[in-house]
Amino acid sequence: MKRINRRNFLKGTFFGGAAASLGLARKSSAAAFEGYPEGMGVLVDLTRCVGCRSCEAACNKEQGLPEPEKSFDDYSVFDEVHHGQKRRTDEGAYTVVNRYDVPGQDHPLFRKIQCNHCNEPACLTSCFVNAYTKTPEGAVIYDPSVCVGCRTCMVACPFYIPTFKYSSAFSPRIMKCVFCYDTRLKYGRPPACVEACPQEVMTFGRRRDLIKMGHERIKENPSKYVDHIYGEHEAGGTAWMYLSGVPFDQVGMDTHVPKEPILNFVKDFLGVVPMVLVIWPALFAGFHLLATRKDALTGHGHSEKDGEDQGR
Amino acid sequence: MKGLVRQATNLLGTDRDTESGTASKAMKVLVRESRHLPVLSHRKEDGTRWTLKEKLLLGLTPQQYMGQALKNPVNWVLAAIFVIGVPLLMQRYIVGLGAVTHSSNDYPWGLFLGFGLFSMVPLSASGFMLGTSVEVFGRHDFHPIERLALLNGLLGYFFAVVYLMVDLGMPWRISYPMFISLGPAAVLFLVAWHVATYLSVQIAEISPAFFEWMGWERPKRFVRSIILGLTIAGIILSTLHQGALGALFTYAPAKVHPLWYSGFLWIFFFCSSIAAGLSMVIAVSTLCKRFMRWRCDSEFLDNVDDLTLGLAKGAALALATYLVLKLIGVAHDNEWAYLLTGWGQYFLLELLVGTVVPLVLFSVAIKNRNVGLARFTGFLTVGGIILNRINTALVAYNWKLYQEIPHWKEVVVVLTVFAVYFVTYRAILYRWPILYSWKDQSSG
Repeated sequence: MKRINRRNFLKGTFFGGAAASLGLARKSSAAAFEGYPEGMGVLVDLTRCVGCRSCEAACNKEQGLPEPEKSFDDYSVFDEVHHGQKRRTDEGAYTVVNRYDVPGQDHPLFRKIQCNHCNEPACLTSCFVNAYTKTPEGAVIYDPSVCVGCRTCMVACPFYIPTFKYSSAFSPRIMKCVFCYDTRLKYGRPPACVEACPQEVMTFGRRRDLIKMGHERIKENPSKYVDHIYGEHEAGGTAWMYLSGVPFDQVGMDTHVPKEPILNFVKDFLGVVPMVLVIWPALFAGFHLLATRKDALTGHGHSEKDGEDQGR
Repeated sequence: MKGLVRQATNLLGTDRDTESGTASKAMKVLVRESRHLPVLSHRKEDGTRWTLKEKLLLGLTPQQYMGQALKNPVNWVLAAIFVIGVPLLMQRYIVGLGAVTHSSNDYPWGLFLGFGLFSMVPLSASGFMLGTSVEVFGRHDFHPIERLALLNGLLGYFFAVVYLMVDLGMPWRISYPMFISLGPAAVLFLVAWHVATYLSVQIAEISPAFFEWMGWERPKRFVRSIILGLTIAGIILSTLHQGALGALFTYAPAKVHPLWYSGFLWIFFFCSSIAAGLSMVIAVSTLCKRFMRWRCDSEFLDNVDDLTLGLAKGAALALATYLVLKLIGVAHDNEWAYLLTGWGQYFLLELLVGTVVPLVLFSVAIKNRNVGLARFTGFLTVGGIILNRINTALVAYNWKLYQEIPHWKEVVVVLTVFAVYFVTYRAILYRWPILYSWKDQSSG
C-alpha cells in the first residue's frame, strides 16, 4: 500500500482544491450574469404596429432568405392557421407579424416576433457544441460550421424561435434571427426590420436605456399601456422587449415563461454530477468489500470465474 | 382483462419443450438430428477444429443454413419491414429529415428520439444492474443471466446511438462534441460523453464472450482482471446519463406539462430505468427460453425461472421507489389540482398501467412463485416505461399547443431500425456463449 506522506497529501489537496474551486467559480459567475452592460436591444411598442409587414420584407432581403409563396403585401397570411396556431418563424422567415382580434378593441392588434436575444440564452446554454455566442453587443449568433443538428436549442428556447432547415439533407442548419449582427449590429447600426418600420414601432438602443424608456412611456400614459415590459425579466431578461396595450397573452405572448434564466432549472441536475463522480466509486467499492467479505475471510472465492476480482 | 392475464401467464409459465416455438423449429430439428450441433467448443466431435466460417454458419452447411433461415417465419416478417423501411431510410439521408417526418419546428424531437433514445436507453440499464449485482454485490447466483443482461445493455445503447444518427441533422459530425467544439456546460454534452464512454465499457464487459468464441485466452483474462473497475465505472456513467436524459426536459419548464415536468425528472428517469432494465432482461430471457431453447444450456434453463423471480423482486423495489418519487413530485410542486383535469387522468392512467399494476402483479408473482405472471409483468413494465418516455417527450410536451402525431414514414423508419436491432441481437445470441458456457476454456 502506498503511504500518504505530507508531500503527497499537500499535492493532492492543492490539485483537489484547485479543481473544486474551478467548478465553483464558474457556477457563481454564471448565477450573477445579468447581461453585457453595453448590450443593445430593441423596444417594440405593439400599440403602434399596423401590420404592414415591412419588417418581414426587410428581414427577408437583408438575410437573403428565399422568396415566400405569398408576397409581403398579401395580408391573407394573417388568417393562416396551422394546428390551431398562427404563423411562427420557420426556415424561410426569421421574423413574423401576426394579427390578433382582441375583444373590446375597435381595431385588430398586431405582434411582431423574432429572436428575443436573451441575456442568458437557453439555446446557448443547452448547446453541446457551443454553436451559439452572446456577443457583447447583445446579439445571440449561431455558428453553422460546428452544429450537429440535435435541435436541443429548439426544445430549450421558451419563445419557440430557432427553426431547423429540415428540407436539406446535406447542409441542414438552425435558422434564426441574429440581430443582423454581421451586416449591421457589429457596426453599431440598427437591424433591418427596425429601420424599415414606417410606424416607429421599434426603438433601437442600449438595453438599460430602453428599460427606462419603457417605464417612462407607461408612466406618462398609464391608460394606454399594461404596466409591464415583456422581456425585462422573462427568461432572465431579453434584449428585445415589448410594450402592449392589452394583456400580453391576448397578443400571443406566453406569460408563463419563467422570470429567470432557463439554465436555473437545469442547475439542480448539473450540481449532482460532480457528487456522483466523486462519491460513487468509493461507495460501490465499499459495498463490494462488504458484500464479498465472507468469501474473502473463508477463502471461499467463487471459483476460477470470479476468483480474480475477489483478490482486488 | 383478467382472463387475458391468466392466459398469458399460463403461456409464459409453461416449461414444456414447446413445439409451438416455430421461430426456431427448423434450427431445433437440425440440432436434434446431428450430434455435433450446436457449436459449443472449438473442436468438432472428431477432434478437428471449427473454422471461423463454420462457426458463423452455426456449424451448418450453407444449404442447411439458408434452408433453416427461409423456413423461419420471423425472417419473412423482417424482410417485409426491410422492403418498405430501407427505401424510406435512404430517403431520409438523400432528401432530408423533412422527407420522412413532419419537419416540425414545434416538436423538434419526434419518435426517433422519443422511442429510440429516451426508451431504448432505460431498457438497456440491464447491463449495469446485473453487472453490479454479480460483480459488486457478489450475487453470483445471477451469473447464468449476467451475460444476457450485459449484451442487452450494449445492444440497446448501440442502437440508441443508431437512432440518434437517424435523427441528427448532421450525423457525420457526431464526434464534434468530443473533439471539435466543446460545450461542457450542456446536459447533452454529458449524455454524449457518457454514452460514448459507457459503450466502450460495455464492449469490454461483454468481450469475454467474444474472446471465448474466437478462442483468445489472454485478452479475456485481462478483461476479467479489470472487471470490478469497469463495473463501477458503469454505475457512475449509468446514474448520470440515465438521469441526464430526464434532465434534458428541464430545459423546457414551460413546455412540458407540470405533471410530467419536475425538478426531480432526472431521479424519475434514473429510478424507472432500474425497473426497465430488469424487466427487459425478464422479457428477453423469456423469448430466449421459448424460441431459442436449442441454444441455451442447462445452467441457463435450470436457473432462469428462479432468476426471473429474483429480477422481479428488484424491479418491484424500483417500481415502489419510483411510485413514491412520482407522488412526491406531484406534492412538491403542489400539482394536485391538475389531477382532476383530463391531463391528470391520463397521468394517473400512465402511473396505473406502467407502475401500480406491474408493482402489484410482481408482488403477487413473487409471493406465489408464479414465474409466468412475473414474465407477463416484465413485458407490461417494458411497455409502461416506453409509454412514460413517449409521454414526456411527445404527449405532455407542448401541452399548450397541439398534439403532434408522427408521420407514418417516421414510424416505419423506427420499426426498421428496431428490426436491425432484432437481427443483430439474434445473430449474436445464436453464436457467442451468452446463453450457454463455452466448453474448452483452455485450448486456445
